[in-house]
Amino acid sequence: MTEQSTPQPTLGDLALEVRSKNAGPFWVTMELFMRDETGYALAAELVTEDVVAALYEVRADDVQLFRIPSLNVVKISFPRPVAQGGLRDRDVHAGQHHVPLASVPAVRPS
Amino acid sequence: MSAPTGAVRVLSPTGMLGAGFTQSTVDRGIALGADVISVDAGSTDSGPHYLGSGTAKTTAAAVARDLRILLRAAAQARIPLIVGSCGTSGTDSGVAWVAEIVEDILSEEQLDLSVATILSEQPADFVKTRLREGAVHPLAPTGPLDEATVDSCTHVVGMMGHEPVEEALRAGADVVLAGRATDTAVAAAFPLLQGMPAGPTWHAAKIVECGGQCTTNPRTGGVLATIDHTGFTVEPLDPDAACTPISVAAHMLYETVNPFRMREPAGWLDVTDATYTALDDRRVRVEGSRFIEADQHTVKLEGARITGYETMSFTAIRDEHILAHIDEWTDLFVKVFTDRVAQTLGLDDTDYSFDLRRYGHDAVLQGLDPATRPPREIGVMLLVRAATQQLATAVAKVANPLMLHLPTPDMAYLPSLAFATSPAETERGPVYEFVLHHVVDTRTPTEMFRTTHRKAPSHD
Repeated sequence: MTEQSTPQPTLGDLALEVRSKNAGPFWVTMELFMRDETGYALAAELVTEDVVAALYEVRADDVQLFRIPSLNVVKISFPRPVAQGGLRDRDVHAGQHHVPLASVPAVRPS
Repeated sequence: MSAPTGAVRVLSPTGMLGAGFTQSTVDRGIALGADVISVDAGSTDSGPHYLGSGTAKTTAAAVARDLRILLRAAAQARIPLIVGSCGTSGTDSGVAWVAEIVEDILSEEQLDLSVATILSEQPADFVKTRLREGAVHPLAPTGPLDEATVDSCTHVVGMMGHEPVEEALRAGADVVLAGRATDTAVAAAFPLLQGMPAGPTWHAAKIVECGGQCTTNPRTGGVLATIDHTGFTVEPLDPDAACTPISVAAHMLYETVNPFRMREPAGWLDVTDATYTALDDRRVRVEGSRFIEADQHTVKLEGARITGYETMSFTAIRDEHILAHIDEWTDLFVKVFTDRVAQTLGLDDTDYSFDLRRYGHDAVLQGLDPATRPPREIGVMLLVRAATQQLATAVAKVANPLMLHLPTPDMAYLPSLAFATSPAETERGPVYEFVLHHVVDTRTPTEMFRTTHRKAPSHD
């Protein structure tokens, strides 16, 4: 196991809740509920279609991104990469797929 | 049925019939002047099995328990009860199943209520005819439909809007048991029948469709929405829960692709300009919601087909050496397993498929998992799929000695791993996939649905 320095804060650390769920059988949707405007501003900047595409191995063109400042929420939807309830679906409700999104480091690239 | 003019109050006791709620929250909703009780009984959220098999996710006892409270309350207050997506997937068997439970309760409780059932299952011939007419369109990310796909489905249902429910109410039904319906149509039908404006009605329906989910404490039960000519007010039925502008607005995000625009058969709900205001510390007022009528009324189709039969086997590893070399162990497993299936059963990889999942390591997220820590223990699940149950089990049995004794390539002895059950193999039966994600242009909003009215058996 490699030694690590102080872990960087993640978007999940700055959020009230990060959640994911099916939006019907063919789409996944997830939300970052940020704690305040500062956290929201950072999430709204850091989370882009390309970032989501890299995190979830989907096409950036398929990603729908909604930035909702009135709720301090960034919402993301994309087509389910694996058929719901199929042999290779390990998350039938897509309820645990928020973890990679929550793990994004909450720091602006310098 | 009284006909309120200024406002209509919709009681939504829970997000899912059978999930439970307290009698006191329903009593409270009635005391607050509920004009209708509406409850959703279905979803595709738990996967294609329920539609494919035409069976319910909920147990009959839980559905009966909830229905008994709601039927008594509706009868006492003389208000309608509307249940949508009966039997989880809204198949005809699901509607019949709920109707039978309702009949038993009505007769046990001596309740004088008339019941309408609305069937939503679609014959393959109807879908294929409409397909040939060019009236079936795919929804993203699905492609065009072909007739073979329609024929392969065990069940196809159409997702009704408010119109068939409204028609059943207009015909005098006290209880409406609908097949597959949009979650919102169940709550919207009665207010629309009473002349409430479409914008506030559909928005309120979306907010209350999951019961207490739009409150600060979703576990405590349902909500009451009061819809009037300029907007709606929503409040929780548990005195200790609260609706806040954030909790209500946030519910537009729940299980939706687009949180601002939602399609119904009759048009689009648009909440882009909606405002959410706290009336006090428990109630929220919503205004500015719009409904845009579509030029063409459409009904969404859902269909599922059998993709094979599955057998599952589960063992567990605590041996630190194997855990430290889990990728090598897995690679060896896959190689030895596929070789032995070929040697003993004469099958190649087109005859069966399998998924090997390492619970405790990366089973849920696989390559997407940000964590890299070595696990303390791993549950190894093998899922085998083949064209018959017998073949799936035969393949899983070939894996059995490996799931018990496979070492890593560098181990000089055979370990014994921890099977969770005996026998190790569990037959899962037929497995299904959703294959329809299309809409049909309808000639009338009710043509795809079949309604039957009947009196309670005790009064026949």
